[in-house]
Amino acid sequence: MTAGEFRTVTVTVDGRRVTTEAGRTVAATLMLAEDRLHWRETRFAGKGRGLFCGIGVCFDCLVTVDGQPSLRACLVQVAEGMSIETEPMDG
Amino acid sequence: MADTENTYEVAVIGAGPAGLAAASEAAAGGAHTVLIDAAGQFGGQYWRHADEQSSSEDPAVWHHGWKTYTGLASAVDDAISAGKLQYLPASHVIAAEAGSPFSLSIAPVPESQPEHQGLTQIRAHTVVLCPGAYDRQLPVPGWTLPGVMAAGGIQAFIKTQGISPGQRVVLGGTGPFLLSAAASVLQAGAEVAAICESSDLTGWVPRGVSAALVPSKGKEGAEYIALLARHRVPYFRRRAVVAIHGDQRATAVSTARLNRDGKALPGTERIIEDVDLVGLGWGFVPQSELVVQLGAQMFRDADGSLVAEVDKDQQSSVPGLYLAGEITGVAGATAAVAEGRIAGRQVAGLRGGGRPPRSSADIKDRVLRRNHRLFAQAMHRAHPLPQQWPEWLTDETVICRCEEVPWQKTKEAIDSLSAEEPRGLKGATRIGMGWCQGRMCGQAADCLASSDSADVAQAVARRGPAIPVSLRALAGESGRESS
Repeated sequence: MTAGEFRTVTVTVDGRRVTTEAGRTVAATLMLAEDRLHWRETRFAGKGRGLFCGIGVCFDCLVTVDGQPSLRACLVQVAEGMSIETEPMDG
Repeated sequence: MADTENTYEVAVIGAGPAGLAAASEAAAGGAHTVLIDAAGQFGGQYWRHADEQSSSEDPAVWHHGWKTYTGLASAVDDAISAGKLQYLPASHVIAAEAGSPFSLSIAPVPESQPEHQGLTQIRAHTVVLCPGAYDRQLPVPGWTLPGVMAAGGIQAFIKTQGISPGQRVVLGGTGPFLLSAAASVLQAGAEVAAICESSDLTGWVPRGVSAALVPSKGKEGAEYIALLARHRVPYFRRRAVVAIHGDQRATAVSTARLNRDGKALPGTERIIEDVDLVGLGWGFVPQSELVVQLGAQMFRDADGSLVAEVDKDQQSSVPGLYLAGEITGVAGATAAVAEGRIAGRQVAGLRGGGRPPRSSADIKDRVLRRNHRLFAQAMHRAHPLPQQWPEWLTDETVICRCEEVPWQKTKEAIDSLSAEEPRGLKGATRIGMGWCQGRMCGQAADCLASSDSADVAQAVARRGPAIPVSLRALAGESGRESS
């Protein structure tokens, strides 16, 4: 690979096919390819949460990946065919 | 359990600046070494970079001291190839027990190793713990809105993804790291609408001599200032982001000038509109849970952080437990590398029973360590947390992000339940009992407690497993051999 080229990866987000760059985290995919800043709803107030600490400490960005719940979207790298499930909210 | 396969002379925990330095020196000194790290590739937070398998970009563009990193990484890689060093990536040490040998329980990080379950036990005669740090936070109205991130999280995003997570950014908090984060945002092609530094920075002046000791820091600072000037980034002193506005996401911030105690001065409030990303950072919190578990002597550093005591060879009060990097006092990557090298040489050299000889490289690292520690002390004194930050809060402001505990409820607990230390607050409000186990609100809980002793900070840092582990992982049988 030469500089500037990148491989693409296709994943599904809540059943929709989304194409992103290899090496992206799930959080970055949701933010850059899906233009979403939040993908989880808090238990009590039902507020949207997304990326906060960005390094795996705050657990705000949790998603379900390939059926495994409560994974930190900032730490999971996308892989071909990966299934990502969020808690879709309005807005 | 006592199989020799899982027993090492040296276990290095963490593969950031300090851990890489310690591991490379320990292996070079002939010690049978294991390097355990939570991430999938070397670098820690400071040298966090794009996935090596898929990226063709040279990470050097986003980093300071990248040559130091590549030198350390190739030394560690060589040691791995030569069979002198075992590397366990994507592995988290969730519990540690002191003794001879030490016993470490390791869980696979589920985000990187979803196929693995269960704990692995390893033993090591000496441990070099290099756990690093994460951004320190203070709650502010609106800080739970999407589009608000830790300043370090913004930089980590840029370093790994090569793109800014927002296009018009306001950074607030205290410390030179705000400049570093701003430089990353600018370099990624986004705009920095303002930097709000709560300190007036006069603290630096009488201690200028400390800054002169570390020319590399001076050069780095000068580069940031030149970059900010070129982009005409407004840099405010003694001003803070006192509220973040927006409905579904952050769209504006209120900033205010602070008095000497950190109270917002009436009439000084300004609103910055059309913001899509807010970065907050109030210094760093060293990851202390394993040190607390192991029972090493700790104290409060000049920045209020709970850090561990070490002797001149980086050994803690627990025999055989060496510490390097931010856990001995937040002082940056250069100090961390020096400390890691000192510790690595020491643990390798002690294997024969005698004292390791003092090389010229070792003497150089000790000078570097002293100068950077002096610099760090001056930096901490120049960037105190604003004491009156709770004045910025409204009753609805969320203090604990995980458990959604509002300021109103926290105040009531402090007043009526005399929950004057964080553990009391925890019981009364559930502050710090969620997923992050108080890592985000710990500083707030610590400040709100009446005592400033190290015991209080230790109560905040005392956690069960060092990261939340699924019951499945705890119950599962060992999913993996460590060799």
